[in-house]
Amino acid sequence: MKPFTYERAKTPAAAAAAAMRTPGAKFIAGGTNLLDLMKLEIEAPRHLVDVNALKLDKIEATPGGGVRIGALVSNTDLASNTRIRRDYGVLSRAIVAGASGQLRNKATTAGNLLQRTRCPYFYDTNQPCNKRQPGSGCGAIGGYSRQLAVIGTSTKCIATYPGDMAVAMRVLDAQVETVNAAGTVRAIPIAEFHRSPGDTPHIETALAPGELITSVTLPAPIGGSHVYYKVRDRASYAFALVSVAAVVQRDGSGRVAIGGIAPRPWRVAGADAAMGQGAKAVAQPLLAGAKPTEDNAFKLALVERTIGAAIAQARETA
Amino acid sequence: MKFDTRAGTNPIDQLKVIGRATDRIDGPLKTSGTAPYAYERSDVAPGQVYGYVVGSAIAKGRIRSIDLTEAKAAPGVLAIVTAADAGPLGKSKRNTAKLLAGPDIEHYHQALAVVVAETFEQARAAANLVRVDYARGKGRFDLDASKPAAKMPEDEPDKRFGDFEGAFAAAVVKLDARYTTPDQAHAMMEPHATIAAWEGDRLTLWTSNQMIDWAVGDTATTLGIPKENVHIISPYIGGGFGGKLFTRADAVLAALGARAAGRPVKLTLTRPMIFNNTTHRPATRQRIRIGCGRDGKITAIGHESWSGDLPGGQPETAVKQTELLYAGANRLTAMRLSVLDLPEGNAMRAPGEASGLMALEFAMDEMAEKLGMDPVEFRVVNDTQVDPMDPKRPFSQRQLVKCLRDGAAHFGWARRGLPGRVRDGRWLVGMGVAAAFRNNMVQTSAARVRLEQDGTIVVETDMTDIGTGSYTIIGQTAAEMMGVPLDRVVVRLGDSRFPVSAGSGGQWGGNSSTAGVYAACVKLREAIARQLGLDPATAVFAGGKVQDGGRSMPLTRAGALVAEDTIEFDKLSKEYQQSTFGGHFVEVGVHAMTGEIRVRRMLAVCAAGRILNPKSARSQVIGAMTMGAGAALMEELAVDKRFGFFVNHDLAGYEVPVHADIPHQEVIFLDEVDPISSPMKAKGVGELGICGVGAAVANAIYNATGIRVRDYPITLDKLLDRLPQMT
Amino acid sequence: MANVTEMEISRRGVMAVGAASAMLAPLPAGAQVPAPKAVPVTMKVSLEVNGTRRDLEVDTRTTLLDVLRENLHLTGTKKGCDHGQCGACTVMAGGKRINSCLSLAVMHQGDEIVTIEGLGTPEKLHPMQAAFIKHDGYQCGYCTPGQICSAVAVLAEIKAGIPSHVTAELTARPMVTGAEMRERMSGNICRCGAYSNIVDAMADVAGADIAGVKA
Repeated sequence: MKPFTYERAKTPAAAAAAAMRTPGAKFIAGGTNLLDLMKLEIEAPRHLVDVNALKLDKIEATPGGGVRIGALVSNTDLASNTRIRRDYGVLSRAIVAGASGQLRNKATTAGNLLQRTRCPYFYDTNQPCNKRQPGSGCGAIGGYSRQLAVIGTSTKCIATYPGDMAVAMRVLDAQVETVNAAGTVRAIPIAEFHRSPGDTPHIETALAPGELITSVTLPAPIGGSHVYYKVRDRASYAFALVSVAAVVQRDGSGRVAIGGIAPRPWRVAGADAAMGQGAKAVAQPLLAGAKPTEDNAFKLALVERTIGAAIAQARETA
Repeated sequence: MKFDTRAGTNPIDQLKVIGRATDRIDGPLKTSGTAPYAYERSDVAPGQVYGYVVGSAIAKGRIRSIDLTEAKAAPGVLAIVTAADAGPLGKSKRNTAKLLAGPDIEHYHQALAVVVAETFEQARAAANLVRVDYARGKGRFDLDASKPAAKMPEDEPDKRFGDFEGAFAAAVVKLDARYTTPDQAHAMMEPHATIAAWEGDRLTLWTSNQMIDWAVGDTATTLGIPKENVHIISPYIGGGFGGKLFTRADAVLAALGARAAGRPVKLTLTRPMIFNNTTHRPATRQRIRIGCGRDGKITAIGHESWSGDLPGGQPETAVKQTELLYAGANRLTAMRLSVLDLPEGNAMRAPGEASGLMALEFAMDEMAEKLGMDPVEFRVVNDTQVDPMDPKRPFSQRQLVKCLRDGAAHFGWARRGLPGRVRDGRWLVGMGVAAAFRNNMVQTSAARVRLEQDGTIVVETDMTDIGTGSYTIIGQTAAEMMGVPLDRVVVRLGDSRFPVSAGSGGQWGGNSSTAGVYAACVKLREAIARQLGLDPATAVFAGGKVQDGGRSMPLTRAGALVAEDTIEFDKLSKEYQQSTFGGHFVEVGVHAMTGEIRVRRMLAVCAAGRILNPKSARSQVIGAMTMGAGAALMEELAVDKRFGFFVNHDLAGYEVPVHADIPHQEVIFLDEVDPISSPMKAKGVGELGICGVGAAVANAIYNATGIRVRDYPITLDKLLDRLPQMT
Repeated sequence: MANVTEMEISRRGVMAVGAASAMLAPLPAGAQVPAPKAVPVTMKVSLEVNGTRRDLEVDTRTTLLDVLRENLHLTGTKKGCDHGQCGACTVMAGGKRINSCLSLAVMHQGDEIVTIEGLGTPEKLHPMQAAFIKHDGYQCGYCTPGQICSAVAVLAEIKAGIPSHVTAELTARPMVTGAEMRERMSGNICRCGAYSNIVDAMADVAGADIAGVKA
């Protein structure tokens, strides 16, 4: 870990300004992913702006009937919130399916959105990785890729977005609210928040330098039966091979987003339209154009089967 | 004490302390976080500074040059040692690859430098400034590709008995199947760690090591110093499973760093480096052929195994149990060893049997099905009470049949359904069985026992407690022998200044080390009796007193006395085959849609001689069952065959079971005493629990789904295309 | 299923490594800015550890775990992986269990930290520590302090109504069951495999029906 200076910011705009002012600065909130990467010098900020004192830790109603989740609300607090459990069950379910109790106590809403891939070649600084070191090549292509993406990849990178929370937010049409150093705020639809790798896999989100996430908003509840079905080798404390966030209405219509298969939470309009027509019909548009490797081709069948399991579970709990 | 005749009645048979479920005497320290592990000894060697290891970025090749300019100039750096300036280093016969590489690189993450700095943060940062210019060489990383060139290991020739090929060809019912097991990691929770301090030319290492005397010798050999100049201290060890049998890079680099810096150095291997820097259980490719008559009696059994290791390395002895487990007049066992430039393969919990039984007991299940026999009955029919290749040589005890029958009754085996037919909601449910088998090795072991003025009994031996419960069973042994309560016994372990014990490995430690303590206690009893003017042959030690011929005196009257002795095993272990046995029963659920596999119930019935402490012995067995479940379902070091390294080299990538994977586990120990094994009449039990359990899981998956997956680990992706169609 | 493009890329990948090997320790993506000479930065921080105020001056890089172990010599909190993958470093910070390895010490200004040493001592064990001994919920002992800290926290989390992955009804209060405890304890790896006994110890402390837990 390289040496860095450290300051505690008092307001969101001041935090953004501090980050702009200092070259190589990064925000730190929970730190559960950033410190992990700093120890390996995959991240090497020269200055840390601690945002924990920004009071962005509330969950409150929005005028439109939805909720605003402060960027610093911990995963545990978000999953435990009465309103979230009642109206946005898929989000609670997704969060408690991820990481461990300890990590969820520390991990924040904004930080979780920004967590980086768990690709083992990204994590090993001796290996080529276009995401870590642009232009160095991709070790995962032609290497061990069982966990990695089958769709939305590029010839430069097949890393998977590893999170669960964002998959549920994707199915709920969340918006990510930010502020920059000039004090300008904007709202980014979750669909546009995570980027496909293309030729620049090191650029992972729509955030501009210094831009700070202040909150995530969810539109008014959509009802339905909420399911997050996460498939992994061990029963807990593991990243998804495939996960399905689904909201299923009584008539079988609904929405679905998939985790564990793409560089970002994966949702396709055609799949939502096919809800009610069986898992195969839902899976097909989601996987159109998939380019799996030998190691992870099983994910194609697994997506369909997990969608089936999720829909079955939604019916049971409706 | 020579142990060369069957043990008669002795004070251990009183079973006042031995054989009773006893809380560990080290429990209050371990549960309160006050038991000091190697890296935590701030009370010794003042002025400690921090070492950080730099590992090789390539698997095979050569270091062209190392540029230390930036690293040396980094804040806090006191010294950097590489092979170029370490001075001449030796290599112990127990290490296959060098512990400090250079200029040649033998495997990925092989240590090539240690950076010493004032603080941990400084050492870590400076280690990242070491610039290495490599010449990448061509390595061999693919076990399957290497099979044609594999050779018979010199010290492991093929074993043949009868006419295997003829009998197999003539058999009425035959199985010829191939199985694979992957490379696996010990992944003990405490990383390898050492504090090294020099006083002149004498070296003290506070380290984490299972085999103290090996560590003394191997450290001396590596550093080129006399053995008597090395002092090893390792009283608490955060798990080993074979991964800490040997002196490793942490010990050697801490010593070299301390010498260069002129300060004591503390150093731990980082978790992401451990998987490639240290040893692992090698992958195997196995072929099993079994031929039977219609009666289910085995007429031919053949087991072959291929594995790889670095040049000069050893095979994974996966065929060993097949020499002894089942009857059959015609037999073949054979191993082939390839040269691979992957990290060093070596012993991991139940080396040989753990991998071998994953295949053999899978094959037995397949064969039982071909015969239309119940898998329990098929094993029972093929029981043998003698060494199948030397029928004059009986097993000292062999209760495999009872393990299986009792287990079947207890587990509800009769309720087992046909493959793929039992459902619980969306879950397909199945049961599996496997035999457990592990040899009981006995090893020379010494101890010193002292009676203090106040009546305290102090035991000292270099035996280690790696979680096995050595402290407690040694204390129980001394308490039983000296006739005092357990809380009057102080046990000191893991110090090379104590008499040399069997150490912890191969499940020999419990029986052998307590037998050594027994021997020392016999001597101390003689000394006490003589001191008190009593007849050592008839004196009774009980309740803190010695009684003989109507006279009774407190132990304390004898004053302070000390005795030391060694148990040495002789021909009994050759005249008799000593082994431990068990039956594993497992129930799994497999999700009919997603293929997720979850273990629902586990039972092991074990016959392993006298159980010295049923509480800690049970823990040994459930722990091994847990590791075996991991081997069956998730554990695999993924090999990058281009770059030659284990890719998933941390605890997120290399998945081991977590709480949610493991249901309540049951263990039943059969009543057994084995007077052939030792005066303790005990045998090993620390590895038995992992032997066979993986196959029991695999067989349960088959029973649940009707799908055979012969390549471990059995992950859901290998089931998907054969699971019921989605409706 | 490797298509031609992937094969080409993989070859390029190999070559890229060959070239990069001339100068390893590659620059991370975020470090294109020319770095000034890296000098350690220290800061003052005050922690309330097991009820005692500790004023320290630490390197900003120092984790809470390393402050506890190296500066305060509270070595009951263990380093098993240093990357949030094992749970051996679990402590309570501000009343919540966290992985102390993934938290900087300077981020805990004024925080109350409770470690295993603060739960109980060999002479005066916490009920959970005593239950671990009674049920043999440990073997090598290295993950044990983290397991015990988590076990205490898990029972409190269930009581507080925090849902888990196995909670059947999201809107109902979770109960102390075997499945709930196993799921919530899954961030604490025990390679010795004491899981079954740890859950028995927790059930004992919780006053839960152990027979039910065994089912």
